[in-house]
Amino acid sequence: MEAVCSECEAKIIVPDDAIVGEIVECAECGTEYEVAAITEVGVTLKKAEAVKEDWGE
Amino acid sequence: MGVQVELVDAKSLVFDSREHGFNTELGDMVYIRCISHFRAQMLSATLESIGVPCVNSHSVLERCSNKMLTTLALERGGIPTPRTLMALSAEGVPQAALSLGYPVVLKPLVGSWGRLVSLAKDRETLNALVEHREELSNPLDHIYYLQEYVRRPPRDIRAVVVGDEVAAAVYRVSADGEWRTNVARGASTEAFEPAGELRELLVKAADAVGGGVLGVDAMESSEGYLVHEVNGTVEFRGAQSAVQTSIPRKIVEYLVREVKK
Repeated sequence: MEAVCSECEAKIIVPDDAIVGEIVECAECGTEYEVAAITEVGVTLKKAEAVKEDWGE
Repeated sequence: MGVQVELVDAKSLVFDSREHGFNTELGDMVYIRCISHFRAQMLSATLESIGVPCVNSHSVLERCSNKMLTTLALERGGIPTPRTLMALSAEGVPQAALSLGYPVVLKPLVGSWGRLVSLAKDRETLNALVEHREELSNPLDHIYYLQEYVRRPPRDIRAVVVGDEVAAAVYRVSADGEWRTNVARGASTEAFEPAGELRELLVKAADAVGGGVLGVDAMESSEGYLVHEVNGTVEFRGAQSAVQTSIPRKIVEYLVREVKK
């Protein structure tokens, strides 16, 4: 599956076995996206949340 | 295994206290994998309030997300852990450091991946760290958790404890130029089999915080093993890359056993 980076317009390859909620990264600029939806039409990405102070294990 | 599993994005959940429920059905048990400690805590509290069991439980998640609460639980459970002093303001830090002796380790009360964990080799460095912490806006950053610096090999032990079993254990070896042993800080992992006494300690440490699916971290000190952290939402990318056992399988088997109880 493919998507386009909203920051640098590069092509983002999303693995075919990706699931909603998975994080993918733009190989060109490093922007992180979360898989928002996967439909027959294709994959929709949204900007991933930035690391917060309470994130971790 | 005869169970139906659904992946739910916690960010999409809304809880209604009057209706005693969420905006979606959440089944017989929820295994919480939130990356945000506070989100995990609020989710577990509300789930338990409506009778939906979760792993880990709210009390375990709360205890593990705050280093001081973890220390208290370990001490209470008789688990050897590094000596820890807590200063309730910057004012108490010099006295605490003097009592511990330099170098001292300064950790944030809430946080993970080794983030903001600092080694102060002398008073000047500690003063600078405190000055920076005072500039941070989160009030939790103005409570100071100081720990003795344990002289250990450049590695620690990460055990994934599932119920009363050590599902996997690895050494986490610090990356070059790094004293912290977090995989997030570039540490590499090597599988190893903890011997009887250590294995028992790791399980006891998990039990001391309330048990469940936990990441127990221990150090090899000259006086024996010390447990310095227990993680409530254990990450195991590094551990899994080093061991043959399937950690997710062990976790799922445990969850199925728990839900059928």
